[in-house]
Amino acid sequence: MSTAQPQAASTSAYRRMEESITLSEEKVVEGSRELLTLNIGPHHPATHGVLRLLVTLDGEVVRDVKPIIGYVHTGIEKTAEQKSYWKVIPVVERMDYLSYFFNAMAYCGAVETLLEVEVPRRAQYLRVIHLELNRIMSHLVWLGTSALDLGAISVWWYCFREREMLLDLFEMSTGQRMHTRYIQVGGVAEDVPSGWIERVRAFTKVMPERAEVYGDLLNKNEILLQRLRGVCAVSQEELLALGVTGPLLRATGNPWDLRKAMPYSSYDDFDFKIPVGTQGDNYDRYAVRLAEIHESCKIIDQALDGLPEGPWITEDRKVALPPRHELATSMEALIHHFKLVTEGFRVPPGEVYYPIESPRGELACFVRSDGSSKPARVHMRDPSFVNLQATMPMVEGSLLADMVAALAMLDPVLGGVDR
Amino acid sequence: MEVIRESVGGPESLRARQLKARDMLRGDLDGQELERYVEERVMTTTLERAFDWARGNSMFPMTFGLACCAIEMMSVVGARLDIARFGFEAFRASPRQADLLILSGRVSIKMAPVVRRIYDQMLEPKYTIAMGACCSSMGVFNNYAIVPADKFMPVDIHVPGCPPRPEALMHGIIKLRSMVHDDPSLGWRSRYGAHGTEEVVPPAEPDATGENVFGSGGTESSGA
Repeated sequence: MSTAQPQAASTSAYRRMEESITLSEEKVVEGSRELLTLNIGPHHPATHGVLRLLVTLDGEVVRDVKPIIGYVHTGIEKTAEQKSYWKVIPVVERMDYLSYFFNAMAYCGAVETLLEVEVPRRAQYLRVIHLELNRIMSHLVWLGTSALDLGAISVWWYCFREREMLLDLFEMSTGQRMHTRYIQVGGVAEDVPSGWIERVRAFTKVMPERAEVYGDLLNKNEILLQRLRGVCAVSQEELLALGVTGPLLRATGNPWDLRKAMPYSSYDDFDFKIPVGTQGDNYDRYAVRLAEIHESCKIIDQALDGLPEGPWITEDRKVALPPRHELATSMEALIHHFKLVTEGFRVPPGEVYYPIESPRGELACFVRSDGSSKPARVHMRDPSFVNLQATMPMVEGSLLADMVAALAMLDPVLGGVDR
Repeated sequence: MEVIRESVGGPESLRARQLKARDMLRGDLDGQELERYVEERVMTTTLERAFDWARGNSMFPMTFGLACCAIEMMSVVGARLDIARFGFEAFRASPRQADLLILSGRVSIKMAPVVRRIYDQMLEPKYTIAMGACCSSMGVFNNYAIVPADKFMPVDIHVPGCPPRPEALMHGIIKLRSMVHDDPSLGWRSRYGAHGTEEVVPPAEPDATGENVFGSGGTESSGA
């Protein structure tokens, strides 16, 4: 662009700042060729969303990567401050849009901790079943799109076939395919309908076989193996220093999983293993997630076997809506209903940090209450955002094509990064 | 219309029938009979309508995902709904090759110029579907960060839902298809007085002296 043209007066300061972004430190290796700066994104099929990457290339070798985020910034945390506690749930659900049950779980868990509400065991088990089904769904979308990036198109069709089965289950129990608002402060919104448990059992019976099929398709695919094995490995220490969690960390052999480390929602009732890798390369990241699908099926089966009878939401009428039949007979129930629907419940002052294990790592919700019926601050520690920091150590010195594979194995969800 | 079924027989008989048919048009048939014959066997159309028919049945959507709706947009391609039945399955990553932009998700203020640029880079004729509540009306968020798509680009179809079911998107796509087939001037084009798919700046109002103080204004299509 010619510099003779004067800067238009209408150009905002922000726009000028963005256009002036340069790479933080352009490392020039002795004897290397001229460096090339390449812009990838914000709309690019390989970035899994609207991530923008400024890449410095030395030939085909990546020397520096600068991710630029904020293209789906939705103001979710700010919006949450303007809504009463239970109306925040649908807003936070839309954050990391592949793990909506997890977002709701982290938020509801945080609010329940502040309220000191006890969640009935049936609700805890139902939550676990839905969380694990959601984990499988998230991994299926990840596997399908990642394999698509690496040229294995057929896996995408299989993964989305199973995803439809899962979404049918969600639709049956919650009424929605995505963003279900099923997990409620104090329990879950509704008991599961009759016939649902049998359908989940049928699914967990068929899913491990299907996961084996994906494994067979991919583990014998020579091109895929060459692009994954020994590529973009990062050491455990470096990942821990960056705060990276989830399958990325477990791929290096560290069995850090909050379901085991800090059990929540009765996860300590179930017997399951934490899949770990050895090398910390792209292949291990892929293999860990594929193995997690099997483990999730085991957890669901155990939760279905031990599903306790009883209420699915707390009996505390200050927090949960009274059942419909009580409204016709009890004046007190009517008052509770009116208070909850108009103002919402008030939460005692305090702050809490509630971490859970999402498909991408440690997802946590920080809630600060000032005693009113609206949260003073809601902050989400989203694993995608933190894990995105690992891009640079992963791809430095590797080929540009490997960066696409590394990004696919990183599995960032930009809705969670930008919030 | 009467349907006559008979076996064709060998190539000779086919040739004989061809000659017979030619004879009919040459003079064996005339008046009412000829009219009826032509009416039953010949279809006329305009080149434009033929183009529209082809266009509506082979549209290349843009590979462009924004947020939650993008996942449901992908599942439309999947085996259950199989968008390929309507010729929409060839997703193109380059805007130069795409006809249809499906805005799947929330458009933030930072993203809006990018979306607009992508739309501008697409070649005519081009169509847009705003999928989901966020890019139609800002949806559940309705805050400082989100822009509805209508504010910065023309949209042909709005698909409501948060996110819409794949069936809903399918319905929107079929609506768009019939729009392309039947009458290209449906939708925003007639509303804004546009011709084709370009946006039109309305011609400037002449002032009291009768002179156009703003210069010519508008595009050539606005005068039509």
